[in-house]
Amino acid sequence: MNSISDENLGKDLDAIRQQVLDTRGERDATYIRRVINAQRTLEASSRIVLLFSLFPPAWLAGTTGLSLAKILENMEIGHNVLHGQWDWMRDPKIHSTAWEWDNASPSEQWKHAHNEEHHTYTNVIGRDGDLGYGIMRVDEEQPWHPFHLGQPLWNLVNAFMFQYGIAAYDLKLGKNLKNKERRNDPQFRARVRATARKVRTQATRDYVVHPLASGPSAPATLAANVTANVIRNLWTHSVIMCGHFPEGVETFAYDSIEGETRGQWYLRQMIGSANISGSHFMHLMTGNLSFQIEHHLFPDLPSNRYQEIAPQVRAVFKKYGLTYTSGPLVRQIASAWRKVIRLSLPNDGKISSAGAAERSVAAVAS
Amino acid sequence: MVGMTTTLDTVARLLTTPLVPQDFIDLVNPLASSTDLRGRIEAIKPETADAATVRIRVGRRWRGHRAGQYVRLGVDVDGVRQWRTYSITSSPRQTSHITVVVKAVADGLVSNHLVHEATAGTLVHLDDAAGDFTLPTPLPDKLLFVTAGSGITPVMGMLRAHRHELGDVVLVHSARSASDVIFGEKLRALARDRVIRLIEHHTSAFQRLTAERITELVPDWKQRDAWACGPGGMLDDLETHYAAAGLGAKLRTERFRAAAIPTGDGGSVTFTRSGVTTETGSGATLLTAGEGAGVLMPSGCRMGVCFGCVVPLRSGAVRDVRNGDLTSANPGDGVLVQTCISVAAGSCELDI
Repeated sequence: MNSISDENLGKDLDAIRQQVLDTRGERDATYIRRVINAQRTLEASSRIVLLFSLFPPAWLAGTTGLSLAKILENMEIGHNVLHGQWDWMRDPKIHSTAWEWDNASPSEQWKHAHNEEHHTYTNVIGRDGDLGYGIMRVDEEQPWHPFHLGQPLWNLVNAFMFQYGIAAYDLKLGKNLKNKERRNDPQFRARVRATARKVRTQATRDYVVHPLASGPSAPATLAANVTANVIRNLWTHSVIMCGHFPEGVETFAYDSIEGETRGQWYLRQMIGSANISGSHFMHLMTGNLSFQIEHHLFPDLPSNRYQEIAPQVRAVFKKYGLTYTSGPLVRQIASAWRKVIRLSLPNDGKISSAGAAERSVAAVAS
Repeated sequence: MVGMTTTLDTVARLLTTPLVPQDFIDLVNPLASSTDLRGRIEAIKPETADAATVRIRVGRRWRGHRAGQYVRLGVDVDGVRQWRTYSITSSPRQTSHITVVVKAVADGLVSNHLVHEATAGTLVHLDDAAGDFTLPTPLPDKLLFVTAGSGITPVMGMLRAHRHELGDVVLVHSARSASDVIFGEKLRALARDRVIRLIEHHTSAFQRLTAERITELVPDWKQRDAWACGPGGMLDDLETHYAAAGLGAKLRTERFRAAAIPTGDGGSVTFTRSGVTTETGSGATLLTAGEGAGVLMPSGCRMGVCFGCVVPLRSGAVRDVRNGDLTSANPGDGVLVQTCISVAAGSCELDI
């Protein structure tokens, strides 16, 4: 990791960042406002169409539209606004401190877990909780435990109810429910209440109010809302798996980031992330997380710019002899799933009961 | 009926959460908002070579104004919302729209945009009208207005509002030349119609306007209630002159705030809510300075990535340590800055 000049690497990447900052302006502001307006128009019109969801064509059109609207809202809008990518516009309506998104995890909690922990400690084992979300083993250097045998199943279940998975993860439920002291911590309880309130209002909207408003179409509208939420969950889960889990992505030992320079931080983002190649529409629907590498290098640059700077970033990879991991969506999803399945078993493939975990720990330490 | 409205409102909110119904109404008509005060530029008409009248249709939330008051206008310039204060020049009787006069100043980001680039149809943001540079009721019999440059703008609002009630009015106005007088034609027409007595002072031909000169031009100035608006130097001079004559109460002044914010390396940082001020060098970030001074600062990654440390900058300027970019705020602003990568560039105030 120290074999290349990370100081020059830092300068090269800073120059790319500065070039975007220098040209950031009206064009970008127009872009995000257009996306937000389009998303809201799509959501409102889909929900209106769903008032007549008793008719199959209306159900199909409404469900498709609502699914797309929910995906756009979470990915290209919510995720990126909450990153502060649009804070520079000084528009209080499109600002990381004021935005609330259509996701079970309240913005405040998600920003802490995602922006602060994941983006700072990306792929550092033991520090970045996103690495397997605390329920999966996605790297050989993570110790194996018999619990991991079930991880293909956990991953599938998590995919279907991903927004609740994220909310639970942001609450660090596993850790905080462990003992009484943590369970009764007033701050934890306040956060649980905030999440519960959010889950309740969203469920009321999707599963009670909109179906009731549809009158005789109520059951069909209910089904449409369930379907749209599941499609959104499956899609976001797949995209996010592609960001850090596919083969070729590297992870880092707990102590490796002590005294890390800015250049070294950049390097960790470069080799710890993977892109997805595809059409313009695909990039939009992933919230430009298909440019995960660019996003991790510059999490606060406007998402519409990632695609534009990708060739320059690629050139930096080439200059320093690094591998720019990228592939089509289906291949990356398959790669991530293969890893989840493969690593459900110990590294040697043999489940020799006790001892396996210890061996893995020893491997990390060495 | 009230209960009915509340129930409907609750249902509408449940239908649109986490957004609010207004967000969807905004898609169709942003001026209809009852919570956010917006306006739309209807026309921009040149007044002089570097000044223009901007006519703004005001949204439903507009609460009206009194003649002489100003309004803070939020304009998106190159994608960034910038707030500036302008005197309202239209009569309060007009409730559907207001006009302001903008003079393009050198390096003036917003003024140049409004005078030279903005087009009709642009959405702008407004604060409620404010300011106490207004005329009392009943109006004094004898009035004196002293204005210079764009200082005529609040007075024009007053003249328009009270055109038919004015008694004996003298207006002394200073500008570079006759063609530089904002509202020149309108003021001369008012003078022809004997609504006001207009004394024009052109600085290209004479010295700049002094208080002494004004008293020569208006011999009965002591009997007049005076309203003055213009550069600080002129107002200081007038205030001294009136105070010396024991007539300080007869003069009201309106100062346009200087847009230039002095910048430097480091400076004193005031944490307004905490009531703490600390001196910083060019090395200490606002975050570490605040923490060092015992302020409960929000923080996160400490490297400019997570936006967990943002705090409103109320006034002054700060510098991004990564690339040296300056961010500044005028009093009344609340520009959110990342404290972990910002250092003070001159004295500044943070709202925490």
